[in-house]
Amino acid sequence: MDKALPRREFLRATTGLLTGVVVAASPLALIVPQRAWAVEMTALTTAEAATLMAVARTIAPHDKLDDAAYAFVIKAVDEEATRDEHTRKITKEGLIGLGAGFSKNNEDDRVAALKKIEHSEFFQTMRLKTLQVLYASPVAYAYFGYEGEAFSKGGYVLRGFNDLRWLPDVPLEDSGPLPM
Amino acid sequence: MVLCRCENNAWFQKDVPIFDFKDESVVIVIGSGAGGGTLAHELTRRGIKVVLLEAGKRQSLETFSQVPGEAFTQLTWLDARTQSGTWGVARDFPTLPVWHCKTVGGTTVHWTASCPRLQAWELHAKTTYGGMAGSSLIDWPISHEELEKYYVIAERRMGVTRRNDMPGLPASNNFKVMYAGAKKVGYKQVHTGHLAINSRSYDGRGFCIQQGLCVQGCKIGAKWSTLYTEIPDAEGTGNLDLRTESTATRIEHGPNGRVTGVIYRDNRGQEQRQKARIVCVAGNALETARLLLLSDSPRFPQGLANSSGQVGRNYCHQITGFVWGIFDKPVYSWRGATLAGVIEDEAIHDPRRGFAGGYRMELVTLDLPTLPLVGLPYGWGRDFSSIMENYRNLAGMFINGEDIPRADNRITLDEKVKDRFGLPVAHVHVDEHPNDLAMRRHAQGQMSKIYEAIGAKRVVIGPIPPATHNVGTARMSADPRDGVTNGWGQTHDIANLFISDGSVLTTPGSANPTLTIVALALRQGEYIAQKMKAGSF
Repeated sequence: MDKALPRREFLRATTGLLTGVVVAASPLALIVPQRAWAVEMTALTTAEAATLMAVARTIAPHDKLDDAAYAFVIKAVDEEATRDEHTRKITKEGLIGLGAGFSKNNEDDRVAALKKIEHSEFFQTMRLKTLQVLYASPVAYAYFGYEGEAFSKGGYVLRGFNDLRWLPDVPLEDSGPLPM
Repeated sequence: MVLCRCENNAWFQKDVPIFDFKDESVVIVIGSGAGGGTLAHELTRRGIKVVLLEAGKRQSLETFSQVPGEAFTQLTWLDARTQSGTWGVARDFPTLPVWHCKTVGGTTVHWTASCPRLQAWELHAKTTYGGMAGSSLIDWPISHEELEKYYVIAERRMGVTRRNDMPGLPASNNFKVMYAGAKKVGYKQVHTGHLAINSRSYDGRGFCIQQGLCVQGCKIGAKWSTLYTEIPDAEGTGNLDLRTESTATRIEHGPNGRVTGVIYRDNRGQEQRQKARIVCVAGNALETARLLLLSDSPRFPQGLANSSGQVGRNYCHQITGFVWGIFDKPVYSWRGATLAGVIEDEAIHDPRRGFAGGYRMELVTLDLPTLPLVGLPYGWGRDFSSIMENYRNLAGMFINGEDIPRADNRITLDEKVKDRFGLPVAHVHVDEHPNDLAMRRHAQGQMSKIYEAIGAKRVVIGPIPPATHNVGTARMSADPRDGVTNGWGQTHDIANLFISDGSVLTTPGSANPTLTIVALALRQGEYIAQKMKAGSF
């Protein structure tokens, strides 16, 4: 089988583009290789991707979290819509239902529009995807301060697992000695 | 060749045996977790040949993923289950009623290692609580004194902290918050818990370096798991034939009604038949009940060992639920052993609180990707995201209380949904008892007080996650009409068929179940070996 084919098809099938620039003051500016980013879409158009971005930012609004973090969510939805006809259908129909002006609306109006479709398969799929992908990205780790995997760094035993100072220490009889 | 362990904890490469499919002298153990893995070690070290069937793959400290979603997929039993009932899990996690492992070592790979003992009165739940409407309570058929003897052995084997000469774990940030709040509201029994996690090097394994990701598989092996203790010990005896990716589908019996072997699908999906002298089932409470029900025959039309009709019934899962405190200063709760903290003052029976039985409050936290999926109530928008914004400042606790057995809270076969072998999957039905609801409300109230006492900005009551403490579906009973096994885990109906996991717990009590499962497996191993020597079976 020609392994290059899917890649060629992928490029040919690209229909939309999601772009952005990480703001210089963002903590993300420190971890991204370059501030300008672009994500190719294969199932979604540029306009659909932009509306979906507004949906994700309304489901999980973090004002200071860069669009780059939400782009992981849009990319994941696009990948699933490319793979799965049903996802493609409910996504496209759901976005049509929200209307072209959705992303230009203020937050109260966007919340009201999503409240109306809260029990739809489209909304529930977008909500789950947003939660699954947004908080699992390295961009989110940096933003929320989550340090993640620690085995490769010797754990947290010498790196702050007990550095809380705003409450009294626990007496030794109710805790235990440090192992080293 | 596999890496085995010998008695002085040295590791060595050794050829392990492959027993013949027709060898009728072997004992088959199904499942390699706390019950099955421990039992396999107990039998093999006494010279008994064991075929250990494990549905999952074998991982190791090297292969454990440290990426939360990836680790979940690597370790979790993800084959379909269906569910119904009034419990919150049916609404919030419709496709995942329970969360346990499918891997060598079973659920001891992802467990958080909490090892409290059941108390004497918890073994007499029916007598202590009285006749409770809507319950199927019975008392245990074994005494607390008997169980205690094996708790002592299990705690030494597993290296439980604050027992014997294993010190407690040091206090983490998350525990400092719990401790300060608990002391403010007057609790006395607050400490870093009895955990099967090395606070110093022990059993040839290193000490806990407070990595945090306990449920992702302990990369340093400080947490006891049969994967790297009991199973390589059993392999070291030369008597263990471990067959991975091997799923038992039927237990067979002969004309005399005694079991003769097990049909299973091997790692290539092919059907195999292994003969045996004894079969021990330890597949976690759902799969154990399912396998017995799948093994029905003209002689046992309701399923194996089910003349009482009790197989799959009395399913208990313990009262659980998250409570989060949000503070205005950082906690960094993800740093450190996940469950290293407990408040034990409410693990008592005091009907003045408005419910029977007791509960523990245990330290808990979740990694960032898992928190919004499992730990927070359904939500989206500003309120939801404001909790996530406070991830650094979040402290967490978990309820672990006794739930009340009910005849209709049960595992059945779902004839509409089939697994990849065409067999009906397990269906779980749970309607919570009013006692369960009252206990959870009380616990949530006390935990809120604890966080508010030290200035929490907000307390968030989280959902009930998929059940991890699955017990009771083949319970021990004095009267064969009330349960599936006697006090040795030997089925009432079939002398050479044993149940060796949490399914045998007569009632759940308020203690996390693994220590009790291990203690009972140690005791059962001794019993089976004695009986075999005397020529039984």
